[in-house]
Amino acid sequence: MYRYDRYDQALVDERVAQFRDQTRRFLAGELPEDEFKPLRLQNGLYVQKHAPMLRIAIPYGTLSALQLRKLAEICDTYDRGYGHFSTRQNLQINWPELARVPDILAELATVQMHGIQTSGNCVRNVTADHFAGVAPDELVDPRPYCELLRQWSTFHPEFTFLPRKFKIAVSASAGDRAAVQVHDIGLKLLRNPQGELGFEVWAGGGLGRTPVIAPLIKAFLPEPELLNYVEAILRVYNRFGRRDNLYKARIKILVRELGAERFASEVEAEWAALRGGPATLTAPEIARVASCFELPPYRTLASDPPVLREAIEFVPGFAAWARRSVHPHRVPGYAAVVISLKAHGAAPGDATSDQMRAVADAAEAFGFGEIRVSHHQNLVLPDVEQRSLPALHALLKKHGLATANVGLLTDIISCPGGDFCSLANAVAIPVATAIQARFDDLDDLFDIGEIELNISGCINSCGHHHIGHIGILGVDKAGEEWYQISIGGVQGPATAIGKILGPSFSRGEIPDVIDRLIRTYVSRRSSPDERFIDLVQRIGIEPFKEAVYGTSH
Amino acid sequence: MAHLIDRNGLRPDSWVLFDGDAGSIAPQADLLISFDEWRERARVWQQHPGRLGLIVAPSDDVKAIAADIGRFAMVAVNFPKFNDGRGYSSARLLRERLGFAGELRAVGDVLRDQLFLLARCGFDSFALRADQDPVAALSAFRDFSVRYQAATDEVLPLFRRRSAMAA
Repeated sequence: MYRYDRYDQALVDERVAQFRDQTRRFLAGELPEDEFKPLRLQNGLYVQKHAPMLRIAIPYGTLSALQLRKLAEICDTYDRGYGHFSTRQNLQINWPELARVPDILAELATVQMHGIQTSGNCVRNVTADHFAGVAPDELVDPRPYCELLRQWSTFHPEFTFLPRKFKIAVSASAGDRAAVQVHDIGLKLLRNPQGELGFEVWAGGGLGRTPVIAPLIKAFLPEPELLNYVEAILRVYNRFGRRDNLYKARIKILVRELGAERFASEVEAEWAALRGGPATLTAPEIARVASCFELPPYRTLASDPPVLREAIEFVPGFAAWARRSVHPHRVPGYAAVVISLKAHGAAPGDATSDQMRAVADAAEAFGFGEIRVSHHQNLVLPDVEQRSLPALHALLKKHGLATANVGLLTDIISCPGGDFCSLANAVAIPVATAIQARFDDLDDLFDIGEIELNISGCINSCGHHHIGHIGILGVDKAGEEWYQISIGGVQGPATAIGKILGPSFSRGEIPDVIDRLIRTYVSRRSSPDERFIDLVQRIGIEPFKEAVYGTSH
Repeated sequence: MAHLIDRNGLRPDSWVLFDGDAGSIAPQADLLISFDEWRERARVWQQHPGRLGLIVAPSDDVKAIAADIGRFAMVAVNFPKFNDGRGYSSARLLRERLGFAGELRAVGDVLRDQLFLLARCGFDSFALRADQDPVAALSAFRDFSVRYQAATDEVLPLFRRRSAMAA
């Protein structure tokens, strides 16, 4: 993990002092709401339906056990004993008191954490593959580059008042588990034919009202030029991005209006002036940051130990859990374990403070004290010895954290929706739990197989419904909650935007509609190996439309 | 009234805004003209015996006056609304690309909580919005002791200074 030195620490401490004074002035009536708003947003503080909401940054989704325990303590002391892990790998707490937020930020600073730039029209938390550093299909660990970008973007003086928010993702695996093509900037590490490290740069992707898959604007950016080139993109966007219409202010609209080629040439021209300049990354700096992410002291172990095979055969529930939660690791005898935060009936991505402490304990007992947050709103223990998997399973089970549904239908990605968020048109959590209640049989879920279901309570798309195999979007029709269904969305290397099936449904109809989609799939698939999304791609959406609306649609 | 400050405190203001009436201009006046005014009548304004200042609006492309920048003793970048960030890029381009070394002033909706960022982008004078307390605002220049990025005020990013200090 990255470890702060005195400079990093001074910055977060000074940020707390600055925000404490700004909050004091706001509460004293010296700072008007519209001027306080961007200041609080850039510290992660929203004003929501019932109370403020604080979004705490978890840079590229990596946490230490110590940090997770601190988050649990904050949830207990300042909130209602639980938190919500978001699709941007952050943690949101829903009931803090505005006047105490500076105290929360001060607590966070003691464990090298903050809420900096988790909202506002600035560069947001950079996200990465949740298996970074341990994935067998990875070229290099993307996290040092995320950290370099984090430092570059933190309080960037030129880019604090962009036209709109700005999201960057970095991936270094063929599988692309960071959804780089639906980001404002997506970076994919690769080597050129000479063996040099660099980046593919994708720009102008995004979800929201106008879903766009990013075009490639640079096929190979040499590694040392990372910050110069990203700065060039941001400068072009800051100067020419639209500011006249909130819905057209994201960089994707600028890229679309200029055309990818012209946009790329504007960036090239700006980059030409910055290239080789002081922000060019140096080998010692890359090495300094990378050394924080060096491999932990792995033991020499055999893969597939007898104790694991025995547990698969004899321990009730273990085999199913292992099939879904245990993921490959680059070191023999180890595994990366996904902890489902999708227990049926609970809000997707929520964890209680007790569960957070249990995960922190597990990370120390069964790993090197590190935890990841995935953009699927689950947690990951990256370094578990395979021989410890049965013991880990037993511990997780005790805390309601061993649901064997990772990657299955009820592993639903969902925003908090209208229960909490003041932007939402409709609730999301009750829709998720209703679907989970309908598909409550584990055997059925395994039979249905791998599928991604995403729910967003409004068009801001925090639940990434556009790229779910099944996407559910809350819409407002004359003050009532309705839901639009799309299918065929894909994230990763073959990113695709889902197609809308047809007219929207009331909330009560949703479990039936999902049921009809699933039954259509099961009856039409060529074999259990053909996943839902494979079938949609093979036969198109018509048969699903018919199943849902009847032949008369 | 609006106070003009720099990072050390209040400072006097000698600049007069051109009001469209050429007859009223005192020959030695420090005269502020708009970007459009300059682009339309540069030849005329070149003859002004006093100092010239240029007002830059958010949508003005400062790169377009690169050849003329030496004629200006001051550039005032206008922020009609504090959260329109284009002026930050204009400032850095003026300083770092065009090499402008005169006074760079932030005018308009200039608020205490943006002073630190503005100063980092090369502004060295600040015409605060009328309701801002100029003395209290001065502390904002010291909000942070650390700067990660290179910008106008700091040529090297922290990582280059870090390694120099460690060496």
